[in-house]
Amino acid sequence: MKKTEKKVAFIKLFAIMFKIGLFTFGGGYAMIPIIREEVVTKRHYMTEEEFLDMLAMAESTPGPIAINTATYLGYRLSGFFGSVMATLGVVLPSFSIIYVISLFFEKFQSLALVGYAFRGIRVAVVYLILTAGIKMLKGIEKKPLPLLIFGTVLVTMVAFSLFAVTFSTVYYILIAAVFAFVLYLVDRMKKEEKA
Amino acid sequence: MNIYLLLFLTFLEIGAVSFGGGYGMIALVREKVLTNGWLTDGEFLDFIAVSESTPGPIAINMATFIGSTQGGFFGAVLATFGVVLPSFLIILLLLVVLSKLLETAGCKAVLKGVRPAVIALIVGTGLTMFLSVLLSIKTVSDTLTPDFRGICLFALIAVLVPLIKKLTKKKPSGILIILFAAAVGMLLYYPW
Repeated sequence: MKKTEKKVAFIKLFAIMFKIGLFTFGGGYAMIPIIREEVVTKRHYMTEEEFLDMLAMAESTPGPIAINTATYLGYRLSGFFGSVMATLGVVLPSFSIIYVISLFFEKFQSLALVGYAFRGIRVAVVYLILTAGIKMLKGIEKKPLPLLIFGTVLVTMVAFSLFAVTFSTVYYILIAAVFAFVLYLVDRMKKEEKA
Repeated sequence: MNIYLLLFLTFLEIGAVSFGGGYGMIALVREKVLTNGWLTDGEFLDFIAVSESTPGPIAINMATFIGSTQGGFFGAVLATFGVVLPSFLIILLLLVVLSKLLETAGCKAVLKGVRPAVIALIVGTGLTMFLSVLLSIKTVSDTLTPDFRGICLFALIAVLVPLIKKLTKKKPSGILIILFAAAVGMLLYYPW
């Protein structure tokens, strides 16, 4: 993991995460392109590698991806209080919106126009996720091992989803981790034999 | 048990044992909400629809909503705090304890294998969402019913974004694309 020695002001961190929390519809994956845009592309707080490591950690620990990434980002960019501010920032928009909705739940449901807007938003979210994924794909090493892992996980995941097989995303990450570690050990043993 | 304590503990448990984001926790949340008699099954489904169409993770939305309807404002605060706390502490602990470990050669090798898997999960999510949102195919048993308005909107975005990027030398931000889609969505889906 590369250290990004930049300290980011708490209030700025809070503002960035608040914006992310406010504009991410439809669960964890929808916020990945937006977080990437903010912290990698626009502000260079993180390298693409560290961003992916952060996602792997967020996926393989319990809890919503949004909270996990906010805590991680906050801590890496400005320590403990940074993680508090970032987490607070990402939670506050949902909290406020849902709190208001909970007071007027039945009326909100009957707002047809809101429904139409969200159908449009869902289409945009699909576009954002796909383009972010493809862009990240361009950045990985074009070697057999990463491409093999990418292809296998992609095909298995889409197939499992289509055949309604429940298989937690954590397992894909764990299996890839174990696979890479075994290859690393084999590689090291070969080198030791030669030496 | 005091309702505030019950809300806090219930959502603490949900936050601690659910992996892999929103949908992983739906089954557990449903079980808790039904056994406590907080919502009926129908209300639960309605709420998932609301949660999907409002920003933020489903777990947070659910905690705030149940907390508010069962225990008012403080109920909402406690339930939300409960669901966030486990992730927050676990990530913090991992970062403090494991940051040294992450520098080792073995760990670097593992991360090299994990990165393509993470990218595959993102692309795979995009593809399955494309199938379900635009073609109504969630599983192989579903019949293909294309949402032509959605496909038009998708095509419009896919043409406009690179065009704007070329003309202004700056990619339109994700948030701008979402706002644009919300506006066009209202026009497209409105039964004129």
